[in-house]
Amino acid sequence: MLPYLIRRLLISIPLLLGILCLSFLMLKLAPGEPSVVQQDLEARATAAQRETLRQLYGLDQPLHVQFGRWLSRVVRLDFGRSYSPDGRPVIEKIAERIPVTLGLNGLELLIIFSTAVPLGILSATRQYSAFDKAMTLFVFVGFATPDFWLALLLMLLFGVQLGWLPMSGLRSLNFEYLPFWGQAWDLLSHLILPVLVASFGGLAYLSRLMRGSLLEVIRQDYIRTARAKGLPEHAVIYKHGVRNAIIPVVTLLGMMLPGLLGGSVFIETVFAIPGMGQLFVQSAFSRDEPVLMALVVIGASLSLLGNVLADVSYGLVDPRIRVSGGKAG
Amino acid sequence: MTGSSPCFHTSWSGRPGWAALIVLAWTLLASCSRPDATTDSTVAEGGPAYGDTLVQASIGDISGLIPNITSDSSSHDIGGLIYSALVRTDKELRVEGELAERWEISPDELTITFHLRRGVKWHDGEEVTAEDVDFTYRYMVDPKTPTAYGEPFRQVQKVEVVDRYTYRVTYEKPYAPALLSWGIWILPRHILEAAWKGGVDLRTTRQNRHPIGSGPYRFVEWKTGEKVVLERNPDYFEGRPYLKRVVYRIIPDQSTIFLELKATNIDMAVLTPIQFRRQTDYPAFRKSFNRYQYLSNGYAYLGFNLLDPRFQDKRVRQAMAHAIDKREIIEGVLLGLGRPAVGPYKPGTWWYRDDVKTFPFDPERARALLAEAGWKDKNANGILLRDGKPFTFTIRTNQGNLVRQQTAEIIQRRLRAVGIDARIHVVEWAAFLNTFIRKKDFEAIILGWGLGLDPDQYDIWHSSKTGPDELNHISYKNPKVDELLEAGRRTFSEEKRRAIYGALQDLLAEEQPIVFLYVPDALPVVSSRVRGIEPAPAGISYNFIKWYVPAPLQRYTR
Repeated sequence: MLPYLIRRLLISIPLLLGILCLSFLMLKLAPGEPSVVQQDLEARATAAQRETLRQLYGLDQPLHVQFGRWLSRVVRLDFGRSYSPDGRPVIEKIAERIPVTLGLNGLELLIIFSTAVPLGILSATRQYSAFDKAMTLFVFVGFATPDFWLALLLMLLFGVQLGWLPMSGLRSLNFEYLPFWGQAWDLLSHLILPVLVASFGGLAYLSRLMRGSLLEVIRQDYIRTARAKGLPEHAVIYKHGVRNAIIPVVTLLGMMLPGLLGGSVFIETVFAIPGMGQLFVQSAFSRDEPVLMALVVIGASLSLLGNVLADVSYGLVDPRIRVSGGKAG
Repeated sequence: MTGSSPCFHTSWSGRPGWAALIVLAWTLLASCSRPDATTDSTVAEGGPAYGDTLVQASIGDISGLIPNITSDSSSHDIGGLIYSALVRTDKELRVEGELAERWEISPDELTITFHLRRGVKWHDGEEVTAEDVDFTYRYMVDPKTPTAYGEPFRQVQKVEVVDRYTYRVTYEKPYAPALLSWGIWILPRHILEAAWKGGVDLRTTRQNRHPIGSGPYRFVEWKTGEKVVLERNPDYFEGRPYLKRVVYRIIPDQSTIFLELKATNIDMAVLTPIQFRRQTDYPAFRKSFNRYQYLSNGYAYLGFNLLDPRFQDKRVRQAMAHAIDKREIIEGVLLGLGRPAVGPYKPGTWWYRDDVKTFPFDPERARALLAEAGWKDKNANGILLRDGKPFTFTIRTNQGNLVRQQTAEIIQRRLRAVGIDARIHVVEWAAFLNTFIRKKDFEAIILGWGLGLDPDQYDIWHSSKTGPDELNHISYKNPKVDELLEAGRRTFSEEKRRAIYGALQDLLAEEQPIVFLYVPDALPVVSSRVRGIEPAPAGISYNFIKWYVPAPLQRYTR
């Protein structure tokens, strides 16, 4: 297992390099550059001042030199300083936001997994029942609903009309004055809408997958054997069926991480949650290249890590898959 | 240049954002109305009371709390409450002293001597003195300072700290915008000078995250991406502000801001025309908020690249002005919330002239003018031809500004009616500036100008300002205009300047270097529990420290 893990991690490095190289190029090829955005709105920024800024940021150097410099710093985990007027170290700007985004994504994964699996099982065991049909409808709606629309609709209903839930931010303005349980509820209530919206699509997708997978497994010979030897139905389903059916689900859950991280960009913007996704949007608009590239590095690393974990867990849940000797599957 | 400026934004500080002040300056409003103020409240309220919190939303996180080196409006709004300046503008937009008690202008108009108020304290208890002013000046002219506002200070020839409370600046030539340029936020020397002298970038200092100012509000906290909290400065030299706290919540999405406003979780915002007309005109909203409406300090225009020979002919530009129905744009796009622009100044200012030549909607006249200019024949599609080439061009505007995009569409249709084929290209802001504006690679643009507090528009119209990074990007060159612009800067006399800028407006109206389109209304809303708001030519926020919430209506008690 361990050599396999190391091998997988090593393979990820050239992949990561490729991602970084492409991202860097795309960023540099986009028209407009940081000094432009920073100063063009102002009347008195002269050409000389602009040149000062360009030199300060090293933007006067050729592309490969810029990339080389940047990469050599990234390897040492030095992401530099933000171009935005606060000029803070990039690592500091991201560090204060990472817990929020990771926490949110973890919560989403948890909710997706813990809801999608039972829903899928229920649908599969009651195939073509009213419940299954309702679930099918839910799935189609889930696939078809644009996140932003759902978000606004829920905000309008629960935030404006009913006034039950807060619509944006992580904390109320009087957070500091609340007792402990008040604070806990405050935080939770702020998370309900964003987590719901963020999980919706994934939930629909994964529950469908679970249903399909289980339906397939149920038709296998060993299930027939289990039934034949007189095991009660729930033991057949849960002990023999689900354990096998869940394998592809686990894999895909790992693969959903990049999608969720991408979704954070939107969720954190609409719900005003100060996480990495929000920072990404801001940095993109202000062409804050050091921050953008650092976020790309982190996002890509997390996604690759998600894939590796999925592969590894595949081996863990499925005893048939042996990873010894470096041969997976 | 107003870019993709967030719609939900109010400028509070009595003084306008420095960006506006620099570009050109802020201006007067002509009409000012409170369409549905709820003054007939039945609650027993009592008079002004101290306390409560005003919550506002900002679409972007602020970039720093030394506003002299930031350029976003949120940083400027917040900075305006934390810091103070030598001068500012009053409700009538006349210059008045803030930190400066009074000032003298020498008879040759070259020297201004500021006399500072005594006993004004920084938030940490140190006194504000002429040394602080001097430090701010030296910081602004330092070439290493990453500021976009240093230029007016480079016109200064000599500065002198006469004594602890007197500061004297001397200019090489009389420079009329000089006085207003001292509306720059004064920075605390005792906190920043050592770092600055040591070559430290001030953006990395504590001051940029935890500022010490001398304004009506003190800094409390800035939670990145979440909120900025200010608390009143009880020792403010003009008296303790009534509102105890001001909170800026950072909400990066406009729809979310609007929903939070509807749920009354936000106390102040600026509406778009459609929100004003259609989405907030219901009883519950009118009860919770007072809506205000007055002319904003800017205008939108259709500009031409005057390096293009087709647009160099004045008659062609005049024809476009006749072909476009400004009323239609105002009705259709602004939903009636604005008025036609006839020149580069805001109606109601002392330098504004409303009797200049106008170009009423008249397609016949437009066709005649185009024919005079040689655009006579038409091709099979009905497009005018000259020397066999059809009159086709592209109008570019920036993404994210729906009003401008819709304006472009209306203009496109009207131009088509007189035989001009205009295409529309909407471009992302950074790309728009870098690819098209800087390289002068455009034919026509729809953009806006934010106006300043002074009629000086040298940077926009003067022929020396046509460089790639300068503001005369349409490359307008007119010796008579140059002459007037130079003369206007060289005297402080209001009477002389009125005549000079009057002549300028005549010339620009005749020449139509750009088609002046409209002046939109500013549409702020403030929670109806807030009292003491008195709309004036300067808008509503000039007397912010006098705003209050009567004791029974206070919502945030802690």
